[in-house]
Amino acid sequence: MPRIRPTHEADGADGAEGPRTGRRKAVRYGVPVAVAGVAAATIGLVPALASSGDPDLPQITAQDLIAKVAASDTQQLSGSVKVSTDLGLPSLPSGMSFGGSGSGNGGKGGGGSDASPQSKLTELAAGTHTLRVAADGPDKQRLSIEEKAAEYSLIHNGDQLWGYDSASNSAYHATVPKDVGNGGHGKGSDAAKGLQNASPQELAKQALAAVDGSTSVSVDGTAKVAGRDAYQLSVKPKQSGSTIESVRIAVDAKNGVPLKVTVNAKSGGKPVVDAGFTKVDFGKPAASTFDFSPPKGAKVTEAKDAKADAERKGGSDLFTGKGKGDGNGIGAGQAEDWAKSFGGGAKGDSEVNVTGQGWASIAEISMPKGSTPGKSGETGKTGKGSGDDASGLMDSFGTKVSGKFGSGHVFSTRLVNALLTDDGKLYVGAVDKDALVNAANNAK
Amino acid sequence: MSRAETDEAAEAEVWAGGGAGARAGAVRAPNPLWRLGLVRSEIGTVFRRWRTLALLAVLAAVPVLVGIAVKIQTDDGGSSGGGAGGPAFIAQVTNNGLFLVFTSLAATLPFFLPMAIGVVAGDAIAGEAGSGTLRYLLVAPAGRTRLLLAKYATVITFCLAATLVVAVSALAVGALLFPLGDVTLISGTTVSFADGLLRAGAIAVVVAASLVGVAAVGLFISTLTNSGIAAMAATVGLLITIQILDQIPQLHAVQPYLFPHYWLSFADLLRDPVYWDELLKNLGLQALYAAVFGSAAWARFTTRDITV
Repeated sequence: MPRIRPTHEADGADGAEGPRTGRRKAVRYGVPVAVAGVAAATIGLVPALASSGDPDLPQITAQDLIAKVAASDTQQLSGSVKVSTDLGLPSLPSGMSFGGSGSGNGGKGGGGSDASPQSKLTELAAGTHTLRVAADGPDKQRLSIEEKAAEYSLIHNGDQLWGYDSASNSAYHATVPKDVGNGGHGKGSDAAKGLQNASPQELAKQALAAVDGSTSVSVDGTAKVAGRDAYQLSVKPKQSGSTIESVRIAVDAKNGVPLKVTVNAKSGGKPVVDAGFTKVDFGKPAASTFDFSPPKGAKVTEAKDAKADAERKGGSDLFTGKGKGDGNGIGAGQAEDWAKSFGGGAKGDSEVNVTGQGWASIAEISMPKGSTPGKSGETGKTGKGSGDDASGLMDSFGTKVSGKFGSGHVFSTRLVNALLTDDGKLYVGAVDKDALVNAANNAK
Repeated sequence: MSRAETDEAAEAEVWAGGGAGARAGAVRAPNPLWRLGLVRSEIGTVFRRWRTLALLAVLAAVPVLVGIAVKIQTDDGGSSGGGAGGPAFIAQVTNNGLFLVFTSLAATLPFFLPMAIGVVAGDAIAGEAGSGTLRYLLVAPAGRTRLLLAKYATVITFCLAATLVVAVSALAVGALLFPLGDVTLISGTTVSFADGLLRAGAIAVVVAASLVGVAAVGLFISTLTNSGIAAMAATVGLLITIQILDQIPQLHAVQPYLFPHYWLSFADLLRDPVYWDELLKNLGLQALYAAVFGSAAWARFTTRDITV
């Protein structure tokens, strides 16, 4: 029993040695250092080991891979998605759109307390967010944006669409027709699109939809995403003038589901958009996942009220400006914007004049004289401000340019550039400044 | 063998806590829990201090203040603050008093709780040294390692007690001022009150576990000095500094390794399904801090000269 002695110096656990306290001291101080070292090594090495060793997969051509994505009929999945966007905008107030074609929530004040999907999905345009998605066929989807100690959930189940914002305890409700998924242009599918558009699956499909002669597609190695083997599909615009360097899509080798989408800008640096599953499960989600009833005490906004509200505030362009004509295009505007940014604005809208092709296409929008530039979304901060107030702001936000067309302001982000001429025309595209000026010159 | 060790434990207890000697008889019987004698006497000493009781009283007052403030604001006709600003969950308090538990924990976790822990942990060794009682503790053949473990166990117990004080006080105030009932989780799912209560209990435990790291840091600082005040001030100062560093966006590369970084992740228990990623990161980080600073405290305490 070595402990039966006055422990004047130390615990008797290894008290056999006497005077060599200096060495013992060093050994003991080595313990915390070793613990910290092991921890640091684990933190540093484990992700490196996990990500190294790209999986060995059979060769596949780009065409086959695209066909695989198109043929993928995975309807059921659940998982976590991490979305990082760096558009090079000043930090966005919530409810501000980054998108190109004149929609946006500029006319709507106080978007933060609004549980409608438009205002929430735009928040994804800046920063890093964690989403959780679940889908079971075309009728049932759920998307949750995880915030700090709060969450925004969007639940689509049959003909019901609910949004719930826990931070303000408010809900948003809309009814959509049941035949979702068949019509393609039905209101419901717009809603569903709005719901899904942040998932890598949809983003990739949008990007692939833009694939045509102006694009080079190749298979560029393999990767492991969310623990699954995947092919890397690299999509590059052939045209000059585009702000997009490349879009990389990781496609699940087994079922063709896109797992990760990365958009790189010509200007280099961090990817403009990096959206990928961090966890994915292709099993059937529990049915209760898609149940929702408005909680007690929650403020519920009906979609119709929201529409009237928006129109009263002069935000009707949100619904009509897209040429869809359906007042309930929930999230569709956003989906289109989003898709456009990816597809380089390849798809035209009926009320918008598109020049150029593929990635380098530029949308030309005539704005009513004296209307607020704030509605462009690019200058959303001006909000409802009158034109006079706005011009001062525009000088601080944009760069002044002039050419054959006259003069105007260019508003730049890393992905989308916009030229607003002084006579009220707006040119928007995922192209550089010179291409916009050329387009304006040619339009004259 | 066990005879001798039991005697040591009992003896240590006599030295450790003033009035603990009276209970020594109970411990003297051969008992597998004999090791807890020292811990029990330490816990008794800490919780009998006026300082500790005052800290707990302050913590218990926070939910009362928050509850009354929300009540007054909503009675004036204004709806619940809108969620802009204020601690998390405050918008829900008027609908369900149980949310006052979450709001209060979210409000006290960044500062009040760790400050209280810092005071108790900083005082643990340095306070004994400062008042000259440390050498008497060490005269008892309990061993320095065991004394340090007992001190750390005491601080952890205080973490749990402080968290529970906040939670129970908030639950009482919430039940008095607001209706109770089915709980709406932040994912929008509604669960029964019993389930909500269960989650509240789990959250209290997670919050207490979130403080394990700062407790270890405080104990380590406490072994460095002979002044209790210096150790408390250093711990609380370090806490504030790290909280500030955690807010500076340019430092995002190191922030995941700062101990308060994942503190608010306890809210993830209110999601449906529960989002485990950050919760586990938080617990892992706390365990890491406990291991590193706990062993550093051990290295320092078992090799240093105790002269006072």
